[in-house]
Amino acid sequence: MKRKVRPRPKGRTADPQALEDVRALLGDAPRRRDLLIEHLHRINDRYGYLSAAHLAALAEEMRLALAEVYEVATFYHHFEVVKEGEAPPPALTVRVCDSIACDLAGAQSLLQNLAFGKEVRVIAAPCVGRCEVAPCVVVGQNPVGNASVAAVKAAVDQKQLKCPEPEYVDYAQYRKHGGYGLIADCLAGKRTREEITKIMEDSGLRGLGGAGFPAGRKWRIVAAEPEPRLMALNIDEGEPGTFKDRWYLERDPHRFLEGMLVAAWCAGVGEIYIYLRDEYAGCRAVLEKELLKLKKDPPCALPPIHVRRGAGAYICGEESAMIESIEGKRGMPRLRPPYVAQVGLFNRPTLEHNLETVYWVRQIVERGAAWFAGHGRNGRKGLRSFSVSGRVKQPGVHLAPAGITVRELIDEYCGGMLDGHQFYAYLPGGASGGILPAAKGDVPLDFDTLQPYGSFIGSAAVVILSQRDSAAAAAANLMKFFHEESCGKCTPCRVGTAKALALMGESKWNQPLLGELSQAMMDASICGLGQAAPNPALTVMKYFPQEVQ
Amino acid sequence: MERVTREQVAMMPIEFKLNGQTVVGRPDELIIETARRHGISIPHLCYTRTLRPDGNCRACVVEVKGERALAPSCCRFPTQGMEVTTDSARALASQKMVLELLLADMPEHEYTLNNKVDVWARNLKVGKPRFKSRVQPKADLSHPAMAVNLDACIQCTRCVRACREEQVNDVIGYAGRGDHSKIVFDFDDPMGESTCVACGECVQACPTGALMPARDAGLQAIDKQVDSVCPFCGVGCLLTYHVKENKIQFVTGKDGPSNHGRLCVKGRYGFDYAHHPHRLTKPLIRKEGVGKSADFVVDPGNWSGVFREASWEEALELAASGLKRIKDKDPYALAGFGSAKGSNEEAYLFQKLVRTGFGTNNVDHCTRLCHASSVAALMEGINSGAVSNQVNDVQNAEVIFLIGANPTSNHPVAATWMKNAAKNGVKLIVADPRRNELARHATQFLQFKPDTDVALLNAMIHSIIAEDLVDKKFIADRTSGFEALKENAKNFSPEKMAPVCGVPAQTIREVARLYATSKASMILWGMGISQHVHGTDNARCLIALTLMTGQIGRPGTGLHPLRGQNNVQGASDSGLIPMVFPDYQRVDHPDANQRFEKLWGMALDKKPGLTVVEIMNAAYDGSIRGMYIMGENPAMSDPDLEHARTAMARLEHLVVQDIFLTETAYLADVVLPATAWPEKEGTVTNTDRMVQLGRRALKAPGEAREDLWIIVELAKRLGLSWNYSHPREVFDEMRSCMDSIKGITWERLERDSSVTYPCENEGDPGQPVVFQTHFPTATGRAKFVPADLIGAAERPDRDYPMVLITGRQLEHWHTGAITRRSGVLDAIEPEPVASLHPLDLAALGAKPGELVTVESRRGKIALYARADDGTPRGAVFIPFCYYEAAANELTNPALDPFGKIPEFKYCAVRVTRGGQRPGDPGYGKGRTLGELYG
Repeated sequence: MKRKVRPRPKGRTADPQALEDVRALLGDAPRRRDLLIEHLHRINDRYGYLSAAHLAALAEEMRLALAEVYEVATFYHHFEVVKEGEAPPPALTVRVCDSIACDLAGAQSLLQNLAFGKEVRVIAAPCVGRCEVAPCVVVGQNPVGNASVAAVKAAVDQKQLKCPEPEYVDYAQYRKHGGYGLIADCLAGKRTREEITKIMEDSGLRGLGGAGFPAGRKWRIVAAEPEPRLMALNIDEGEPGTFKDRWYLERDPHRFLEGMLVAAWCAGVGEIYIYLRDEYAGCRAVLEKELLKLKKDPPCALPPIHVRRGAGAYICGEESAMIESIEGKRGMPRLRPPYVAQVGLFNRPTLEHNLETVYWVRQIVERGAAWFAGHGRNGRKGLRSFSVSGRVKQPGVHLAPAGITVRELIDEYCGGMLDGHQFYAYLPGGASGGILPAAKGDVPLDFDTLQPYGSFIGSAAVVILSQRDSAAAAAANLMKFFHEESCGKCTPCRVGTAKALALMGESKWNQPLLGELSQAMMDASICGLGQAAPNPALTVMKYFPQEVQ
Repeated sequence: MERVTREQVAMMPIEFKLNGQTVVGRPDELIIETARRHGISIPHLCYTRTLRPDGNCRACVVEVKGERALAPSCCRFPTQGMEVTTDSARALASQKMVLELLLADMPEHEYTLNNKVDVWARNLKVGKPRFKSRVQPKADLSHPAMAVNLDACIQCTRCVRACREEQVNDVIGYAGRGDHSKIVFDFDDPMGESTCVACGECVQACPTGALMPARDAGLQAIDKQVDSVCPFCGVGCLLTYHVKENKIQFVTGKDGPSNHGRLCVKGRYGFDYAHHPHRLTKPLIRKEGVGKSADFVVDPGNWSGVFREASWEEALELAASGLKRIKDKDPYALAGFGSAKGSNEEAYLFQKLVRTGFGTNNVDHCTRLCHASSVAALMEGINSGAVSNQVNDVQNAEVIFLIGANPTSNHPVAATWMKNAAKNGVKLIVADPRRNELARHATQFLQFKPDTDVALLNAMIHSIIAEDLVDKKFIADRTSGFEALKENAKNFSPEKMAPVCGVPAQTIREVARLYATSKASMILWGMGISQHVHGTDNARCLIALTLMTGQIGRPGTGLHPLRGQNNVQGASDSGLIPMVFPDYQRVDHPDANQRFEKLWGMALDKKPGLTVVEIMNAAYDGSIRGMYIMGENPAMSDPDLEHARTAMARLEHLVVQDIFLTETAYLADVVLPATAWPEKEGTVTNTDRMVQLGRRALKAPGEAREDLWIIVELAKRLGLSWNYSHPREVFDEMRSCMDSIKGITWERLERDSSVTYPCENEGDPGQPVVFQTHFPTATGRAKFVPADLIGAAERPDRDYPMVLITGRQLEHWHTGAITRRSGVLDAIEPEPVASLHPLDLAALGAKPGELVTVESRRGKIALYARADDGTPRGAVFIPFCYYEAAANELTNPALDPFGKIPEFKYCAVRVTRGGQRPGDPGYGKGRTLGELYG
């Protein structure tokens, strides 16, 4: 093993030209570690990919180890790492969503039939959060809903690559109708933290990201922790079937921002981070534009508000993984205890909320706790925003009473089943909540009501399957999703999803083994992803045994 | 009534239930550890006590009553009343499933005899896995030291934590996502082409054999394991030799107080020099009529033209009689060089032999070439040459000021403590003309111009006085001479010094403030400080900084000159210094002189002897005519080699005791084959003042004999009636004349392996932090000594426009005699290189990797250029370990007037493109692996 003299220090060194490129792109932006993902975006946006040379230069510029940069860059779907000798990706990427709603609506056929030559590549993508217009294909950053080969071709040919700006209530309009009055009152001493927190508690508002932790109680817990405290807003809406956060953000962004400010004030938070999934490019434009207006003409003193951009990772919807990602790291969940409320973002006590949770704050305060709690059916209280997709006539976000049954939801809110389709099965809570048969269509939909059936409501993403669909195929689609989105940290999830997917690919499932594996995944995985990943398989074995025998 | 604090309550023992039994645990003891204490074993793979628990493998999950999911016992602490079950059906099912999932992806072929997945799967009776295996990745065998077989990887990230959190070498990453997650080096590069520094911590951490020593060393059934100390730098890592059939197969780190299991590439992979075919196995005598000259060409593989083999009796007789003949005419014509690479007992006997057998104090060793000036300043200021605080005390500091040192290369494990501290928020200030690896972790990196240390440090002193950040009470109570320092400092404002040293005045002030105002500031330095003609002045400034701010005498704050060799502290302590007896008792002090005359039973010379370079000069002049050199290689390590080699060639009689036929041995009349470190027993003292026991792991080859035996046999033939038969007896004699180690017994060393001195009474724990109440001076006070600007002895000019800086590199140690004969080390750095800034290289018209010629007024060498933007413009850095391009042919022998240390860190050179390919010294050059393993 005779070795030659090394002309340079060990390993890669930064190329002077690449270093110049990176310095120019970063400008006077701080080189802090937590901005790594932001800086990777700048390079990826500018060049369409991350060359090894630019990555090495970025490492040197940020005084990070090569491995630290590489492992983050390769964790996120939206970063394209191109090493020496590898071809850069084509200038344009067309992403065909193949998650459950789009899959039902023909994503596979689009994937097979879309082809554009060398300049454009077509790839499958996990849920892009537009299930109401399934199948959805994103051309560059332009989401083409109810996509057909022709529509996608048109967008590609006409270079329609940007997300069109939605119509929404902008800053001026929002202020005109009393917006930001509540937070101004709070800061002016006209309201007390106790009063507002009490209203939240009385309203019964729970975390609408899926975990359902009572909002008011969370504020109290965080407020009791030592300062400085931080807030993190979770808009990494990645649960297949879920699109309510996008829905509200595209329509009334300031209602969310005001709720966020009120929550921050109540919990004594000094600095806010908003984490927005990268798939929501349109929302990002709106949010950045409106935040700028807010900061330019503030209705009251504002805490620092930072927007951080995800980079394509479902796992970052998990609260601690999101925190890791905001810190510029790989989105890997942390072990708890300690809880995020105690040791969260930058190791500070952190109030973490889903967008929709704080979206309701202003209305609840204005209309009273009783107004919100007064809604509900079948003994349940409150309102839920159901993201409905699948085989119904009117998919979309439907604000309905908590406790409504899926049959009521289909009939009263969704215009019934699509013609020719009969209700066969449904996903009450996105990919994680399991699959229930039509026979269980009269169970009230709310937190805690579905557990007895091996299921849960989560973010209230309801996907309706008809007699033309297969529950087992849906479960396999979902397991494929979990397998691709597993972060890779713990064995039961990393290896478990791979082995489960292989088992579910067989025409006849090895049910005892899949059952054993599922139990270990539920019991021993670190976070909700691995713990919930077996739910579709388990519910299929329980309610649709005929499909897998 | 006094109330307990919240913290105390939080740490009180608690009771909880473990498998139905009530046990006492602690809120800071993990459940898995409490279980272990109670004899309950829980499977675990990603958990190991030396690394941060990560809880990712989930093999250790247990049931906690009232919790929905299972909990990883390696990450959970118990709470009062908690009910934990480790062996319920539910917990066992998950534990077994995790093992089955991992087992399904294990390769057919094993890479280790101790694959933890197999071990636990067997223990839990997990049968043949029911899942299909993954698609297996290919092996990466690109590194000479380690084999990467990721088909055995379980993604437990122990290697990542070892590399990033423990060693902070930051090479290994966990890239990709989901089941594509992969252990990578840098950008998923082959390990051998990555920034890997081969510390091997990942191999030590890996539970499955995915990372192993190369060449299947891990599959050998080991005969014995022997605990010892690393033979290389002054950090003094404890290690374990794994031996089979009298060959070291591999080395692991042992939990010693200075290393806590960590090692670097030299300690872990640089062991096989002991098995190199060049080992001397018989005494050699110079053939009659074979002359000596400075321009010899070494061929250690074929020495028969120069030497003939002899019996021990003949060789010892010849060696002693030659020395005796000269002594009888003029004892001052004899001198001895002992070694900082030998044991304390050898060093003690060596100096005793010179002082009693030769009858003079002409004994010195390589400390003269590394820290003599630091020691001179320390002795003058605080009357103690040793460190005030141990390296890993940096974790208790608020600020670390590291100057003139490159510890990631020269003290790699010491560097890990600094990096750990920096990661934990300790502010690291790195000051060095060369940017080193630590600069990346530094709060401030001051790349000052070579030779301007005093300018920078005096400006800091000035700014601390100007901003009144001095510790007045400390100055008043514990020092003298501050007024003189203050007066002197007036001339050194940061504004005035900024253009001199190249560091902006504002930065100097900020750093001075950081240093002075922190709760605890540690100064650590290396040879960038000491190897100048103003080396003593440099060190005086550092001492002044600590004294004026009171940054000494407490945990986390003090002075630490990083010692270069494994026993340079001990060799100095043991008296291998011409001016002092053991424990720094001055030979010209009547009390000390009498003490040793009484102990050794004869009259002793009161005149301090000559130092290393002075001895060489005297040999050149003919006033030194005979020498005994043990384990030193001045024909490579001294400045201006042409001169040094000529001096040695002129000696009438030279006895060299070594394990290889070194460049120095080539000039000997008698060569005595000695033992390598793993072949003998003895103590060494590291930079932290830890006296540590090396144990014998190997039988010496052929007729090679233990150094101690050789010294004793020579002494006998010089008329001394010695009868030491074991190092223990020597150590006991040392204790009787060295108060600092009086309390350390051999039995304790055998038991504990390491004891810190001062340890004056048996059973004392030893003092990691000294000078807490007073300094060991006559008045108890430390002394300020101001320093003025003195330029280097030879400045660049039109003919020699660049600056040469010499030093070491990570893989090679001292003159390369042993490291270039270590397979892995030689494979990583096979050829001589000169590092230059890429722009300087471009200006020469040379490409990286091409030959360049470097020439000074004293010599000329050609070697390969390395482009390194850490090297400052206008400078060239060359390691001094390459015989075929010996940096010391160029260096300037100008001396610091106090420490008598040569100016290795600065001389003027000319660099030109091209040159003659460097010759072949008969070893190294990337072929050692082949010579050792076929």
